Amino acid sequence: MSTLTTLALLLVAIAAGGWMFRFAGQKATANAPTFRDMPFAVAFGYVFGASLLLFSVWYFFQPTVTDAGVPNAGVVFFRWAVQFFIISTIAAYVFRLVGRAVGTEGSKKIFRQMPLTASFGVLVIILYAITAIFAQWLAPFGQEEIFQRVNVLPGGNAATGGDPMHPLGTDQIGRDLLSRLIYGAQNTVGIAFVTTCLAFFLGGTLGFLAATLQGWLDQVLSRAVDVLMAIPSLIFALLLMTIASAWAGSERWLLTVYMILIIAVIDSTRVFRLARAVGLNIVVMDYIEAAKLRGEGLGYLIFKEILPNATAPLLAEFGLRFCFVFLTIASLSFLGVGIQPPLADWGTMVRDSAQFINFAAFSPLTAALPLLAAGAIALLTVGVNFVVDWMLQRSSGLKE
Amino acid sequence: MQSVIRIILQRLALGLLTLFVVSIVIFTAVNMLPGDFAEAILGQGATPEAVASIRRDLGLDQPPITRYFQWLGGALQGDLGNSFAQANFASFAGADTGVSTTVAQQIAPRFANTMFLAAVTACIAVPFSLILGILAALYRNSVFDRATNVTTLSSISSPEFFLAYVLILFLAVLNPVLPSLSNIFDGMSFGERLEKTLLPALTLTLVVTAHMMRMTRAAIINLLASPYIEMARLKGMSPMRVIVKHALPNALAPIINVIALNLAYLITGVVVVEVVFVYPGIGQLFVDSVKIRDIPVVQACCLIFAAAYILLNLLADILSILSNPRLRHPK
Amino acid sequence: MTALVEIRDIYIDGRSDETWMPIIKGVDLTLNKGEVLGLIGESGAGKSTLGLAAMGFTRDGVRISGGTVTFDGIDLLAASAAKKRELLGKRIAYVAQSAAASFNPAHKLIDQHTEGPVQHGVMSRSESVQDGIELYRRLRLPNPEEIGFRYPHQVSGGQLQRAMTAMAMSCRPDLIIFDEPTTALDVTTQIEVLASIRDIVDQFDTAAIYITHDLAVVAQMADKIKVLLKGDEVEEADTRTMLSAPKEDYTKSLWAVRAFERPQKPAVHTSATPVVSVQNVSAAYGKIPVLHDVSFDIHEGRTVAVVGESGSGKSTTARCITGLLPPSQGVIQFDGQSLPAHYKNRSKDQLRQAQMIYQMADTALNPRQRIGDIIGRPVQFYMGLTGKQKRRRVEELLEEIELPAAQYIDRLPSELSGGQKQRIGIARALAAEPKFIICDEVTSALDQLVAEGILKLLARLQDDLKLSYMFITHDLATVKAIADEVVVMKEGKVVEQGTKHDMFVPPHHPYTDLLLSSVPEMDPDWLTNLLNERGVDNIGDAAVDKMS
Repeated sequence: MSTLTTLALLLVAIAAGGWMFRFAGQKATANAPTFRDMPFAVAFGYVFGASLLLFSVWYFFQPTVTDAGVPNAGVVFFRWAVQFFIISTIAAYVFRLVGRAVGTEGSKKIFRQMPLTASFGVLVIILYAITAIFAQWLAPFGQEEIFQRVNVLPGGNAATGGDPMHPLGTDQIGRDLLSRLIYGAQNTVGIAFVTTCLAFFLGGTLGFLAATLQGWLDQVLSRAVDVLMAIPSLIFALLLMTIASAWAGSERWLLTVYMILIIAVIDSTRVFRLARAVGLNIVVMDYIEAAKLRGEGLGYLIFKEILPNATAPLLAEFGLRFCFVFLTIASLSFLGVGIQPPLADWGTMVRDSAQFINFAAFSPLTAALPLLAAGAIALLTVGVNFVVDWMLQRSSGLKE
Repeated sequence: MQSVIRIILQRLALGLLTLFVVSIVIFTAVNMLPGDFAEAILGQGATPEAVASIRRDLGLDQPPITRYFQWLGGALQGDLGNSFAQANFASFAGADTGVSTTVAQQIAPRFANTMFLAAVTACIAVPFSLILGILAALYRNSVFDRATNVTTLSSISSPEFFLAYVLILFLAVLNPVLPSLSNIFDGMSFGERLEKTLLPALTLTLVVTAHMMRMTRAAIINLLASPYIEMARLKGMSPMRVIVKHALPNALAPIINVIALNLAYLITGVVVVEVVFVYPGIGQLFVDSVKIRDIPVVQACCLIFAAAYILLNLLADILSILSNPRLRHPK
Repeated sequence: MTALVEIRDIYIDGRSDETWMPIIKGVDLTLNKGEVLGLIGESGAGKSTLGLAAMGFTRDGVRISGGTVTFDGIDLLAASAAKKRELLGKRIAYVAQSAAASFNPAHKLIDQHTEGPVQHGVMSRSESVQDGIELYRRLRLPNPEEIGFRYPHQVSGGQLQRAMTAMAMSCRPDLIIFDEPTTALDVTTQIEVLASIRDIVDQFDTAAIYITHDLAVVAQMADKIKVLLKGDEVEEADTRTMLSAPKEDYTKSLWAVRAFERPQKPAVHTSATPVVSVQNVSAAYGKIPVLHDVSFDIHEGRTVAVVGESGSGKSTTARCITGLLPPSQGVIQFDGQSLPAHYKNRSKDQLRQAQMIYQMADTALNPRQRIGDIIGRPVQFYMGLTGKQKRRRVEELLEEIELPAAQYIDRLPSELSGGQKQRIGIARALAAEPKFIICDEVTSALDQLVAEGILKLLARLQDDLKLSYMFITHDLATVKAIADEVVVMKEGKVVEQGTKHDMFVPPHHPYTDLLLSSVPEMDPDWLTNLLNERGVDNIGDAAVDKMS
């Protein structure tokens, strides 16, 4: 209860601070419009934000080790988070600067209009792509290579149960975790990418066909998609995975292939909806009517008239779909029915190392392990979403 | 008014039809399994006679269409069949151990738990996200709006288990405020139950709030751009009145839609979160059954999830029809 | 006497692509009590922005960067938000272009009407309801006691526009800003709204700023006129002076547009085979019949204007001719040969012979194709030309429509102005080397000067290439300018048809008469004379209702 009382008192204090801030502002600037017309909620917001910032700075500079010699884990994690945030901001800023200076006129222009979040997203996507493609050369060991020492702790410090050869330690059967994390990029991202492409090929083709031809084909496909979309996608995927696992039997690689097909089909329903909607919007345009009256065939209509106008929304949708597929696969793997061992994969890594989180109080590094794998998943989707968000804003801004 | 009733009846019929077709899809999918239930129950070493007798007992020698209607008829009366896992266990332990063997008995308490979790989440998430969304729309392009935009985008992008473990780290391990495991059992007081449910509910809140807040923001901004809002401002109405009197009545339909869509989204989210927190809900049962291929349970859970999903979407549809003045007051 | 509104040297910027671009560049404006100022200009001239600035209001993404706005001695730009709210609605009111979008769909008209007076403390609710009914009566709305208790979607466009004027009057303001209040209405409806607005502004001696692009409309409404061009003032004078003796070249050119008219061509031989013959065509969308027994002929080198208000079936007739909507009865003949009903069954050559030019050049050109490809496609498709030959033909066509080929051939449609886009649409139609072109409201989305250029181009092409046009329009000025023959349509039927000469000389069908008499003329006394002549009950929707 005392926590609640403290919180309430804090809020009252901030509210009072907000009122004082506005009052002082009005007096100091001789009633300038900014302060005169400022709603109380805005003043409250400013003071609240400032207090939060002050507290963060204060907390950041707390010692990382308490007097008793126990690590102050909260501060350690907070510092990591803040440092990560600052470094990525700087990296995104530098990346954008480079982008503005190097490259063609077109690419320079794109970088000039780009917000920091989007340039961070692009940077993340590039880094992931490099990691995924060159995993063989980047990883110190193979993903299935087994070492003598099992359960080596991360940190690489022999005194605390680490091993310099394995900076992130080894798992319960002695595989190098750093290597598995890097190979995870290849497997998890690669499989998600293939799945998304498949879903797009399937959903996009059918969607545009339905929009252009309309009639019974459109009716049949749309009703079928309605039904498939009435089952929540993760639930449906789990149901189908049960069946697939029975079909696959002991062939584990086959199960991964089935998973790709299942998720691609489920996701293609969403792509179908979008492609059809985008297609219908374009089909009603007069230039399509002009082409039809000219006597053009279906192929010309779809590839020359409709598709070039659908690229922007489809590209944005590709980003969103990729995130969705990626998260679904990660969730399935986390639940133990997704990408199958011995392939290294982030969802499975999180599940296997989840219990380490309980060691956070005395060994923050160990506890960071599951968060690292989960964070690797989150970082990529955050990056893609930042880019998509910017693209969507840009295309909606162009319409006005 | 009559046309509204007609439209609503149409939607209801359509919803029921969808549910019916979905049940066919689920049944067909399950029947695509190699081998059948009997072999699954008895294992591979079973004698042909034993398999045949179980098949007869379970009615598996009937044609698929008959079985489908038997299954559907049972489901409508609350009889979802027998669980394999429980059947196995019962047959090993002897004749009658008093262990519940029907799917319905297994699902019922867990279903209640899940509903409790969803309700707690909704109670936190809905007001919170509506307020945030409206604020972000009012002060759009401000620092506040940009900060919430980045935060919610990050929160949407993160897998549920990432958010769950971050919350566990800070609220259960480093600052032991809440329990990290939700071992809920019968006879707990409401307070205890709430305490154990809070952490999973917070995780779900993070995900759902982000979605709901962004959708609310978009809906309100869309609305604020309409000419009648400009008209209200040009009539000298106060910002508060513009929002309450002119924007909100028209925002009802989009907001209802946002809420229903996100409650429907909860259904998917619940599965992963229940597994992380070992919360004894229907999601966890579902995942466990998937792993051991307990088909009747998987089938039943799937049907329940789909039904909830369809019903929520239907509800959103009907409520937004009711809130549309054009339909309530036809020409 | 001090002025009611004084705007001095105002600069207004709009945000585009992260930079501020000027919309209004240092304009002055003075308005005395009870005076009506007409603000005219083409699209992009900044009329609406200036009108709103007179209320001390800017839209999102627009800012006032310099100058002052004074209303009755109050500095609106320096006033606090609360102070401005006190004035808005009570002393300064606004009538928007689209009443259908500007009334809140969730509330009844009367509730929106009384909101201002009640919130500003001018009247109680019941007083305001009574007053609203009185205003509705004065604005000649049907069923004044009852109409306010309807929702906006239950009331027609012209009535809504008058209800909005009533709402603006609800607090008896000193100033009303009318922002193109009749632009979205049909001519016969427009005249009724104009008459009621003018009446009520007179009765209460309200000052008004009347924003429009239509010179003839502003001539009826305003005491003085200010002409804007791209954010600059061109000139200002009282209405009669401005109409009779404009000073600036730009104003003169605006006035001259109305004078363009092609001479009447001699009558065609009755024995000549028409290029297109529409014979007893009826058509329906699903089960709703839209065309009833429509027949007319189009001869070689002639322009047939199909005139009517929205919903009269003009465009549907075009869809029947092109084969997009197969008629339920009747046939379309081309050069004496019956055409298959559906376009998919027509031969490539039949399709080539009839081309179409659209109203919205924006949606008629694929935004992702370059001009060379847009025009080149029919050249290649019908004529089989490729490579250099195709390019040469495209260059010829661009010269034909008076655009320098080298400069435009590689551009995207978004890099062209509205008039240039429409020219590309014409070139694409010409590329097929057709005999017959359907022009569907091709000038209605364009500013008057630009529209005149397009009409002159079409006229020249007709003479050079012996083209036949079917010209769909609702604008009688356009008919006067270009038509040889006129077909008047109403509710899917042909009401009257004949040569242009016959149509513009009475006597004719009462509907044609009403349509013709409803078109505002540049004479400032036109509306007054018309009302004296016909009486208020014989104009607008009331007159239409009497007919049917």
